[in-house]
Amino acid sequence: MKNTLRTLLKSGRFVTGFALLTLLLLFIFIFPMINTSDPKEMIGMKFQPPGDKFFLGTDNFGRDMILVLAYGARTSLYVGLLAGLIATAIGLTLGLIAGYVGGVTDNIITAVTNMFTVIPSFIVLILIASALKTKSSTLTAMVIGFTAWPWTTRSVRSQTASLRSRDHVNIAKISGYSTARIILSEVLPYIASYVVMAFTLQVASGILSEASISMLGLGPQGVISLGLLLQWALAFSAPLAKAWWAFIPPAIMVSMATFSLFLMNSGMDEIFNPKIRS
Amino acid sequence: MEKFYQYLGKRLFWYLLTFVVALMLNFFLPRAIPGNPVDALAARMMQVGITNADAMAKVYENFTKEFGMDKPLATQFLIFVGNLFNGNLGRSFSQYPRTVTSVLKNAMGWTLAIQIPGIICGWILGNILGAVAAYKRGVFDGIIFPVSLFINSMPFYVMAILLVYFFSIMLGWFPTGGGYGTNLFPSFRWEFIASLLHHYWLPFSSIVLVAIGGQAIGMRSMAIYELNTDYVQYSKLMGIKDNKIVGYVFRNAMLPQITGLIMSLGTMMSGAMIVEIVFGYPGVGHVLFAAIRNNDYPVISGCTLVITITVLIANLALEIVLGLMDPRIRAQQLEGG
Repeated sequence: MKNTLRTLLKSGRFVTGFALLTLLLLFIFIFPMINTSDPKEMIGMKFQPPGDKFFLGTDNFGRDMILVLAYGARTSLYVGLLAGLIATAIGLTLGLIAGYVGGVTDNIITAVTNMFTVIPSFIVLILIASALKTKSSTLTAMVIGFTAWPWTTRSVRSQTASLRSRDHVNIAKISGYSTARIILSEVLPYIASYVVMAFTLQVASGILSEASISMLGLGPQGVISLGLLLQWALAFSAPLAKAWWAFIPPAIMVSMATFSLFLMNSGMDEIFNPKIRS
Repeated sequence: MEKFYQYLGKRLFWYLLTFVVALMLNFFLPRAIPGNPVDALAARMMQVGITNADAMAKVYENFTKEFGMDKPLATQFLIFVGNLFNGNLGRSFSQYPRTVTSVLKNAMGWTLAIQIPGIICGWILGNILGAVAAYKRGVFDGIIFPVSLFINSMPFYVMAILLVYFFSIMLGWFPTGGGYGTNLFPSFRWEFIASLLHHYWLPFSSIVLVAIGGQAIGMRSMAIYELNTDYVQYSKLMGIKDNKIVGYVFRNAMLPQITGLIMSLGTMMSGAMIVEIVFGYPGVGHVLFAAIRNNDYPVISGCTLVITITVLIANLALEIVLGLMDPRIRAQQLEGG
């Protein structure tokens, strides 16, 4: 474990991504401690430009942009993280079962997974989200997670299937270990790095899904998220009002969050996948 | 060629099955959720009764009758499928008595006209950039890789917002939205076509740019992988010209890129749909957005259906191309069953 971390630190991309993410986390957790006002309080006029009173101006509701940004990023990261956890858990479980057990089980799981890779997951997300009357950020994250598992299943399955006939797995089988134990101790450790990489991608895509579904007006309610900030800015014609501070900062925040995760993923790929190392 | 037809048959059957599943999702998923729009509709019907002369009640009543909402769910589904094959998706609630089909027919033309060329251009340019980045490495790669990754990290519509802000509002080079000038009527006159192109350029560019980002990253890592393989090293030792080797690499790396496109097309098309909202471009995304705000359930359902069908057809077409291009796939398909 220690060794893995040390190797990871050698990858410039991983370190850059990690540093960006840390900066973002510091901002969203420390800033609300310094500025303890209620982010939903409308303390200024609509679209006040950045100045002495408001460092990043105000949004369409006259709220302090930088404070709203910190809380919005917090929600977005939470949604991404929870959605990523759910999608990875489902994908990992199905992928391990399909890849290791094989046979009819594998055929069924693979068939369903293939179908759901072709049917756009965002459409399924719209179908569920538009039918739900109220959505908290947790519910939004769950819906995103439950629609995002197919590609993780697909790749975990193929990785597992390639491990199934390895010697150490066969020895475990002959020793009479249970299927669950073999999967946990002989298969899972070998694909662990891969699963972590898939998880970072799922978190990133969860953040992006929140931003997209919110733009359609189907996002979480009663909270502030980066997607909602962008939707409001657009609904109130912030670009036409030349109020760049209302949409560029949240756009940068979403992109930074996913960019840092993509960078970390790509750095891990360099380390764990020697074939593309050069 | 016989093998190809076998492959084609299998894929057709597979996509038909997926289509049925997609139809079921489109129908049952919203209805499985308590308090869903269809339930709410039925409840409102009960309240309103037949005596109420409210115009809205008539709209709902019509929907209820046409889709047999008083019958069991399974029967309703069959009615839904039957209606669908007659091109009947019900009538829009908010633009009553316009049919959903007529609303979508208009929007679909706009969406296809911008998405297909946009995604194809982005795919081609992205692949070329990715391959060059992998081959040249150095400074070129040092710029292309992070920039592509960053573009890929943005939600699709952020690129659209940035383009509108800089090119339409700050510089005033392009209109801020719409499909054509509001003072014009669709016709084949030069004035109209010019306006059409003028409005087309920004949303088109934003789709292309985002697609380039994603494709370049994929192609770059595929090409790096290929460049390290034995056949490339061997060809180099044999003294084969660089151009020829790049040709080999490109062909081998491109096939997984087509597979990649099949897997990401749904995401790309949904993303491009949201780009339409930013530009007020009169496509399916725009219609969907309005329908969500107006609680126009038949239109929402029609939009999701029409996008799913488009993605399925496009993917089937790509798989056919893939089957024609790659003999290994046909062989694999027949072995694997």
